[in-house]
Amino acid sequence: MSIGRRDFLKAGAIATTATALAPGINLIELAAARSPEQAASAVNRWGLLIDVNKCAKGCTACVDACRKENGISDEGSPTTDAQWIRKVTTKDKATGYEQAFPVMCQHCEHPPCVDVCPTGASFKRKDGIVLVDKHICIGCRYCMMACPYKARSFIHEEITDQSHNAPRGKGTVESCTLCVHKIDRGDGSTACADACVDENHKAIIFGDLKDPRSEISRQLKAQPSSQIRADLNLNTGVRYRGLS
Amino acid sequence: MKAIHYSVIPGNSFGYILLLGILGALTTVGMGAAYYMEHNGHIVTGMNNQIVWGIPHVFAVFLIVAASGALNVASIASVFGRSLYKPLARLSALLAIALLAGGLAVLVLDLGRPDRLIVAMTYYNFRSIFAWNIYLYTGFFVVVGVYLWMMFERRMNQFTKIAGFSAFIWRLTLTTGTGSIFGFLVARQAYDAALMAPMFIIMSFAFGLAMFLLVLIPTYAWTHRDLGDVVLERLRKLLGIFVASVLYFVLVYHLTNLYITEHHGVERFILLDGGVYTQVFWIGQMLIGGLIPLLLCLTPLGRPRPMILLASTLIVIGGIAQIYVIIVGGQAYPIEIFPGKEVTSSFFDGFTTIYQPSIPEILLGLSGIGITLLITTFAIKVLPFLPNSLADKDVDPDFTGQVDATSVSPTESAAV
Repeated sequence: MSIGRRDFLKAGAIATTATALAPGINLIELAAARSPEQAASAVNRWGLLIDVNKCAKGCTACVDACRKENGISDEGSPTTDAQWIRKVTTKDKATGYEQAFPVMCQHCEHPPCVDVCPTGASFKRKDGIVLVDKHICIGCRYCMMACPYKARSFIHEEITDQSHNAPRGKGTVESCTLCVHKIDRGDGSTACADACVDENHKAIIFGDLKDPRSEISRQLKAQPSSQIRADLNLNTGVRYRGLS
Repeated sequence: MKAIHYSVIPGNSFGYILLLGILGALTTVGMGAAYYMEHNGHIVTGMNNQIVWGIPHVFAVFLIVAASGALNVASIASVFGRSLYKPLARLSALLAIALLAGGLAVLVLDLGRPDRLIVAMTYYNFRSIFAWNIYLYTGFFVVVGVYLWMMFERRMNQFTKIAGFSAFIWRLTLTTGTGSIFGFLVARQAYDAALMAPMFIIMSFAFGLAMFLLVLIPTYAWTHRDLGDVVLERLRKLLGIFVASVLYFVLVYHLTNLYITEHHGVERFILLDGGVYTQVFWIGQMLIGGLIPLLLCLTPLGRPRPMILLASTLIVIGGIAQIYVIIVGGQAYPIEIFPGKEVTSSFFDGFTTIYQPSIPEILLGLSGIGITLLITTFAIKVLPFLPNSLADKDVDPDFTGQVDATSVSPTESAAV
């Protein structure tokens, strides 16, 4: 098959136009919700930026919102009840300086829980969210041994009154999903971040770490931030500002 | 040396039936406990979100580690050509399989979803040491099974050495895998040490030989078969060397941590102010499992058979204590998420967890020992694992009528 000069130029013009327009079209698509058939894409990396200085002492709005959103019930047993997000208070041993802020699954780029999971139930989506596949989790708890952030909980008993947002099962392990159901729905936020805005603290920003125009990326670029246990080099998706 | 004749035990005495009954009951009770735990969830155990691995793991890891060590005696015979140990090789391999079966049963039944065992066998993540271990454990049954077949089948005897060598390499790999479950964990202060793998190997030598002696001596006494002092004396001293080696590894592990400031917290916890964990370390692991057996194994004090049994029992108790300190103690010390900070939270951050095992999980753990001994007791009735005589004149190639009380030869200690 031969291709004429005119056809060649036409094809070239279409290709050039397509190349020029594609990134823009792509961005518009990404801002919308994904359909259930569409897989998560490595174009995104979802994360959180938590401003410790804005986090109000005694406020647990993010924790409460997470529990409500994901149906984390209080079974009356503090040592075995699941906690996806918790307020941690630290006190410098030398200076006595105190800080309080939320800690949850840090959605590492290199998650130790995923490395150690024998069946692959612990996995990382292409968009950076670390999840547990409840269908193939055998409940060995090796991921809980491996997580440097104590982010995971084991379901010790039958759970009733579950939220359809987050199915949970006795004998399996779970942790913060970064409100994956909301992300996939196109909400563009997490329950904890929403709650923090509602309280007018705005200490939690959710966004796409790979999109340079996102609020989270701009804030991270503008001011210093840190990762918990940065020495482990896990490149966490959850970043902190003002963490001493 | 005379030809070795093996035979099954009659297994029709009241004592034998009683023993089977006791072990069967122990196993059944453990299975009942597992069912109870599975039905109600781990809420009925002492385990929680801080101590995620408890007593069942302590027993399971002990038995799995001992399994590879129990094969030692066979390895010395087949791989290193020490003919004195050759008659013991079949029992050694049997016990290795039985211990592994007991340990794995406990491990699997403690899963949150034991019903998903098939998932564990069909979905693999090859970055996981647990996934490697699934292959290493199942492979161990096959390799040692083949080894036993080579030993049992006269036409196959020529392949015993190669089968024995394969089993030897396999079990070194297996225990490396078991130790690495902890060695490769970066999150917790007590783990994350390459030393874990070789330490587990040397622990396996001591625990496995202790279990072997605890089976060998009563079996020969109860079945009225001769058991000479030469072989026992060699095994006793070998056991002493193993116990000393374990103590050496424990010393190096703690000295290294004590040198590195970052680990001072966890060292202080285990060695000084960790409450029950400190007590289990010093009294259980070091005194009961280390110093007393060392004295019994390396001095004439431990030569009488009750003393050998005592030393072996103490090594088993001390071994369980050691694994308790590693597994439970290692988790009880809070994860250092924020070094240099005092940490508090509703999720027990920075809090030393008290673990109180419940009766069902203890019963499940103990049933691992029940399963091991049940398999062994049954197997020696159906297949000729035991030589008719282990009297000195029958097994010692250098038999002179005198008990050789000299120390273990360098070849033997190097061999293991």
